[in-house]
Amino acid sequence: MSKPIIATASLAGCFGCHMSVLDIDDRILKLIELVDFNKSPINDIKNFTKKCDVGIIEGGCCNTENVHVLKQFRENCKILISLGQCAIMGGLPAMRNNIPVKECLEEAYFNGVTVGENKEKIIPNDEELPIILDKVYPLHEIVKIDYYLPGCPPRADLIWTALEALVTGNELNIPYELIKYD
Amino acid sequence: MSDKVKFTIDGKECTGKKGQLLVDAATENGVYIPVLCHWKDVEPAASCRICTVRVNGNYITACTTTVEEGSTVENDTPEIRDMRKTIVEMLFVEGNHFCPSCEKSGDCDLQALGYLYQMMVPRFPYAFENREIQASSPKIFLDKNRCIFCKRCIRMIKDDQDRNYFAFKGRGNHLEITIDEKLAAGMTEEQAQRAMEICPVGAILRKEVGFITPIGKRKYDKVPIGSDIESQNKKGGEK
Ligand code: SF4
Ligand code: SF4
Ligand code: FES
Repeated sequence: MSKPIIATASLAGCFGCHMSVLDIDDRILKLIELVDFNKSPINDIKNFTKKCDVGIIEGGCCNTENVHVLKQFRENCKILISLGQCAIMGGLPAMRNNIPVKECLEEAYFNGVTVGENKEKIIPNDEELPIILDKVYPLHEIVKIDYYLPGCPPRADLIWTALEALVTGNELNIPYELIKYD
Repeated sequence: MSDKVKFTIDGKECTGKKGQLLVDAATENGVYIPVLCHWKDVEPAASCRICTVRVNGNYITACTTTVEEGSTVENDTPEIRDMRKTIVEMLFVEGNHFCPSCEKSGDCDLQALGYLYQMMVPRFPYAFENREIQASSPKIFLDKNRCIFCKRCIRMIKDDQDRNYFAFKGRGNHLEITIDEKLAAGMTEEQAQRAMEICPVGAILRKEVGFITPIGKRKYDKVPIGSDIESQNKKGGEK
């Protein structure tokens, strides 16, 4: 039987969740025995080359590009996992959710204390740039998500325990210390 | 006539005193009933409903009910656990709870209940309400994003003339906790500390002492909320 295939992506996240995946230490050797990786920043495969079994996504959706990638994952993966607080509830990027986008952009490009000179008052709007959304959305408010692994970042042991249970089909028992929202 | 009352919680024989609140009697018998608004010997607010139990088949809040001879109480059943989890989820989506940036994280009762009931994601959509932070008092921040309207601060934190520092403002959707800024200017260290301690969440925080306890040493890092109560429960109670 062929190995399950995993794809991963970081949307509006800080890559901390991916770091936590690497934090499973030498168990990563066991992981690559159990699974194959497709599209993922870990191996730098940019596009899906086949259908995957499990998609793991860090970060919420803050712009149109995030939504596009998320939908691609939904189409190409049988199971989708929201990894971390940002994917689950928007996380720290969602702290802008009750500030109007206009105000956010003006703070970022005109008024912020770290902004350099911007005499012409330009907010970048090249058509190559993804458009920022009115707020940061949790993944499950955009596509169907099958499983959630909370944490900021999720503990490496949580990721390992959950992935192992998922690919081996063993029962999942999560110890108390592994479910955290920080 | 003795004022002892005998009753059962999830089949366990318990003893209480006549007129005693069920939630307090349960604690004395080593049974944990979760609370967010209740505080022993303070007039009940019964606003959070997390202490809901089933007494002789009827749902009722354990922080407003007194123990009755011979009554049968259901507390930790799958059904009641799921109901409590639902309440926790509603509280999470109703406020703005960014735990990774909250000073109360690890010591927060709401968060700890999320851990206890293994809330992975709330089943309701996030409201992302616009709420402000009142930071003008010299000793504390009042972060309205995290208030769960338990009313503890209103009921318990007063000055020496019995005046309230905290109050509710508005109604329904617009209800918010607020602080009397003039009065709060004279708040003592002890009052500020007490206010922070009785607030079940991170809505009241003392200034200049944030993130003082390292991760791993905080109240709920290693043990679930209620385990201090349940550990007095020598026989049974293990799950
Ligand atoms: S008050 Fe509790 S639940 Fe809310 S953000 Fe702080 S730690 Fe999280
Ligand atoms: S500020 Fe804290 S203590 Fe006061 S009502 Fe809100 S949650 Fe309760
Ligand atoms: S503790 Fe009983 S209603 Fe809040």
